[in-house]
Amino acid sequence: MNTALSWIKAYVPDLDCTAQEYTDAMTLTGTKVEGFECLDADIDKIIVGQIIRIEKHPDADKLVICQVDTGSETIQIVTGAPNVYEGMKVPVCLDGGRVAGGHDGSRTPGGIKIKKGKLRGIESCGMMCSIEELGSSKDFYPDAPEDGIYDMGPDAVTGSDAIEALGLHDVVFEYEITSNRVDCYSVLGIAREASATFRKKFIPPEVKETGNGENVNDMVSVEVKDTDLCTRYCARMVKNIKLAPSPAWMQRRLAASGIRPINNIVDITNYVMEEYGQPMHAYDYDMLAGHKIVVRRAADGEVFRTLDGQDRTLDSSMLMICDGEKAVGLAGIMGGENSKITDNVKTMLFEAACFDGTNIRLSSKKAGLRTDASGKFEKGLDPYNAEAAINRACQLVEELGAGEVVGGMVDVFPVKPQAKSLPFEPDKYNKLLGTNVSREDMLSYFERLGLDYDKDSDEIRIPSFRQDLLRTCDMAEEVARFFGYDKIPVTLPSGESTSGKLSFKLRVEELARQVAQYCGFSQSMNYSFESPKAFDKLLIPEDSGLRQAITIMNPLGQDFSIMKTQALNGMLSSLATNYNRKNKNVRLYEIGNIYIPKALPLTELPDERTRFTLGMYGEGDFFTMKGVVEEFFEKAGLKKRIIYNPDHKKPFLHPGRQADIVYDGQTVGYLGEVHPVVAGNYGINDRVYYADIDMPYIVELADFDKKYEGIAKFPASTRDISLVADKSVMIGTMEDAIIRRGGKLLESCSLFDIYEGEQVGEGKKSVAFSLVFRAKDRTLADTEINEIMDKILAELTKLGAVLRQ
Amino acid sequence: MREKLQAIREKAIEKIMSCDNLDKLNEIRVAYLGKKGELTGVLKGMKDVAAEDRPKVGAMVNETRAAIEEKLEEMKSVLAASEMEERLKKEVIDVTLPARRNAVGHSHPNTVALEEIERIFVGMGYEVVEGPEVEYDYYNFEALNIPANHPAKDEQDTFYINSDIVLRTQTSSTQVHEMEKGKIPIRMIAPGRVFRSDEVDATHSPSFHQVEGLVIDKNITFADLKGTLAVFARELFGEKTKVKFRPHHFPFTEPSAEMDVSCFKCGGKGCRFCKDSGWIEILGCGMVHPHVLEMSGIDPEKYTGFAFGIGLERIALLKYEIDDMRLLYENDIRFLNQF
Repeated sequence: MNTALSWIKAYVPDLDCTAQEYTDAMTLTGTKVEGFECLDADIDKIIVGQIIRIEKHPDADKLVICQVDTGSETIQIVTGAPNVYEGMKVPVCLDGGRVAGGHDGSRTPGGIKIKKGKLRGIESCGMMCSIEELGSSKDFYPDAPEDGIYDMGPDAVTGSDAIEALGLHDVVFEYEITSNRVDCYSVLGIAREASATFRKKFIPPEVKETGNGENVNDMVSVEVKDTDLCTRYCARMVKNIKLAPSPAWMQRRLAASGIRPINNIVDITNYVMEEYGQPMHAYDYDMLAGHKIVVRRAADGEVFRTLDGQDRTLDSSMLMICDGEKAVGLAGIMGGENSKITDNVKTMLFEAACFDGTNIRLSSKKAGLRTDASGKFEKGLDPYNAEAAINRACQLVEELGAGEVVGGMVDVFPVKPQAKSLPFEPDKYNKLLGTNVSREDMLSYFERLGLDYDKDSDEIRIPSFRQDLLRTCDMAEEVARFFGYDKIPVTLPSGESTSGKLSFKLRVEELARQVAQYCGFSQSMNYSFESPKAFDKLLIPEDSGLRQAITIMNPLGQDFSIMKTQALNGMLSSLATNYNRKNKNVRLYEIGNIYIPKALPLTELPDERTRFTLGMYGEGDFFTMKGVVEEFFEKAGLKKRIIYNPDHKKPFLHPGRQADIVYDGQTVGYLGEVHPVVAGNYGINDRVYYADIDMPYIVELADFDKKYEGIAKFPASTRDISLVADKSVMIGTMEDAIIRRGGKLLESCSLFDIYEGEQVGEGKKSVAFSLVFRAKDRTLADTEINEIMDKILAELTKLGAVLRQ
Repeated sequence: MREKLQAIREKAIEKIMSCDNLDKLNEIRVAYLGKKGELTGVLKGMKDVAAEDRPKVGAMVNETRAAIEEKLEEMKSVLAASEMEERLKKEVIDVTLPARRNAVGHSHPNTVALEEIERIFVGMGYEVVEGPEVEYDYYNFEALNIPANHPAKDEQDTFYINSDIVLRTQTSSTQVHEMEKGKIPIRMIAPGRVFRSDEVDATHSPSFHQVEGLVIDKNITFADLKGTLAVFARELFGEKTKVKFRPHHFPFTEPSAEMDVSCFKCGGKGCRFCKDSGWIEILGCGMVHPHVLEMSGIDPEKYTGFAFGIGLERIALLKYEIDDMRLLYENDIRFLNQF
């Protein structure tokens, strides 16, 4: 919301502060000033001058030489403006003054300095200005010519300050009003806050009784059918309308608020809307069939042409203003083309109503039409304000001589909201704020805000415009605002102490990050939503459960339309970004959720499973990735042997280079080389390795408890064995056999050689393990070890692995 | 005999003195003192010495041995020192050659910022918790005093899954989950991902992170809120940081405020960074609205509390001077490697 300081000062006349002081003080009491513009910042030394004589320039067809009376002297100014005439009063920028920009409307920050000079050989001692050169526009000054010098009119005083005369010694403030302060979407509301902030008197306009001896109730009837959506409807009438431009002061104030002046009647409705925050509408009385107003819901599918000439299709949730036969307005949003005020209007009906805010907001959304009026109505207005506003409008009609106001007011106001009071609870306010503000100070803040104290009941009377004051905490905020947020003491919570910590899940995730980073992986973050096309890129079959993804009703396009059910697409996309940018040896990890619906469509919240995923290309291979997984498991206290099961065929992984990670009988993740076709789908022409660990399992199994086991005191015995087996027998299977039969005395088993070739024969491989045996309490005898070795070899023989001769 | 021993001694010492490396020195030791050495040979010949002379001769042999050993030791330390010197001379390296570093990975800047925030609040006794990202409308809106059709629902540009389930627009939903557990006092922060339907550009992202804070206890005051967040700001942005609280409005807190910190670039003088205001808006906060407490089963007459919400990306962008939010979700390692 934008408002000129001069308008605020009209109601707080004693207000005296700089624009910056105003900004700071208002912001600290809760009326946030986003910024301000001093209209005279770039203009200086501009007075009203009168052109006495005009002569042709001897050397230029388009230039003329003017003798201009500046009040104290007559100066010569050369101009190319087409609209000058003898006797014209004009704004003159004197030698050494500044103008804001060019006549084309372009602005020069700081302004342009005007100096004496010669134009085609003729001396020119200043500059006559167009409205654009004064930093304004035709929008602010509708009487300005399209092209030429601004005409100050015959009443301007020669020699006086033209900036003052034009109302440009003003500041326009832009406010950010919070949604709870409906009353502050009005000049009066802001003025009231300014008065309370600066402790200056607030003098709202005095609205006098208006109207002739007739009664509007004899001339028009109003019926409100849907009183739930229209809580009050006020109507007044104006006859013998004399359309004319509104006075300059009104035009200036409207323009500063960003509203273009049109004519006196339109300007009055807009002016009152700004001043009181109450939108008004004017109907041509002679166009209202039956001289009747009916407020009702629209019929489904009803089509209505609003005054912008657009046809709108309505439904039964939307409220219409109708006459005896037809709809004439979309309530609270925009009037109809069929009843709009034209230049021929003679009699007019003013409407000031109170509509249900939510309904207006939803209707405005449905109609795709948001207006100044709907923007105000949707906040939920004070029904008592409607009456004040319509009477103010009629007063302005009389003051401006815009027509003859008819006496009386039609008022449909079936349920009058009760006057509210809240108990005055100074101790509670202080307790909530941690302050020690005196009772008297509190009452003085309230008084300045128009909140009266009733001594007898010890209550604060809440005026109808303060719909936001409902309970103790709201009153405490009023105290805080005017005591000053900055004066509230600074303390720390006392009371029972609590221990600060990360949740266990977050601790495990922290560990995952550490391990990944030690292993050279950097942390990536991808969106939670992605395109359903990802499934095709990942070669995921049509019937796969992974395609059962949650769909967003209102996504930002298809690329962000489903919640991801796998983390690989995000990882590959990030790797692809790096690959395209020629980054070498890239290792990324991510800890983020996938979203697995329990049923589709969603009836309860999905299973959000945190995944720890790692992806890389460049240096390293499958076993590098496997190493990271094992490092993480070990650090997380998962000490049992991890089984890698190659049986499960993931379509997005290389069929011969993938494995499920099985821990304690439970699949907790998988790893593998990304299928070359899939990598290609992402534009990566390199081997990509990927691991994906389901964190809920790890969190369940993780154990940070550590116990020291004594360092071995007795010597170990090492036995190396060399075996020949079929190529298809996996190393893991042989290791399982060795560990199973090795028993407690087998300390470790490590592969140290693997060979395939002529010497072992077609389809065979030779494998060598080093086995270390040790007992905690004694030195092992050879016979003991031989016994175990026999068992191990027997087990290996069952797998077809025999000792190499 | 004496002459013989004298000769051995002189010869040995002469050899020792002219020896120029440790291996040769050892050979000399063996040649004289070894099992088959000259001196040992003399001792072996003792059986031919008259019995009464044996102690005397024995003493002489030992004396000779001691003298040789002494010289050997002396020479050994001289030679060892010179050999060490020699070795060290040969082993000079060019210390300006490039370092060999382990390619350690990097945290995402969001995480770096979050860990700083967590460290501060954990130190003040806060527990770090999480809540669901796909959330019931009730927790995201209604239980936070944003009933159906409240304009704030529109303002937040919510992604809907259906009429009851949304992608949470604020981590404030976690407040409700914590309060419903019914364990008081509560001191928690809840970091997490939130979603709003903003198109991607340099300052917007449809997915970003917030850190929610909540304290509920007896006698919690607005002054406590100010004190806590002032400590936070000083810890995060430096000892000299000043804070400013401005009244604001949030449906779930009353009184509410926005907190600005003095610009950590210019110290409050005004610069491009703070748009010449000297202040940077950091977070929203307030006293938990009594109706919010009531809805979650907490008696507002008995307990009060404060809550705050920090935009994590906002902190990360400001603190690390990142000028485009899109960088956070591109995952280019040249960007990540800087954190």
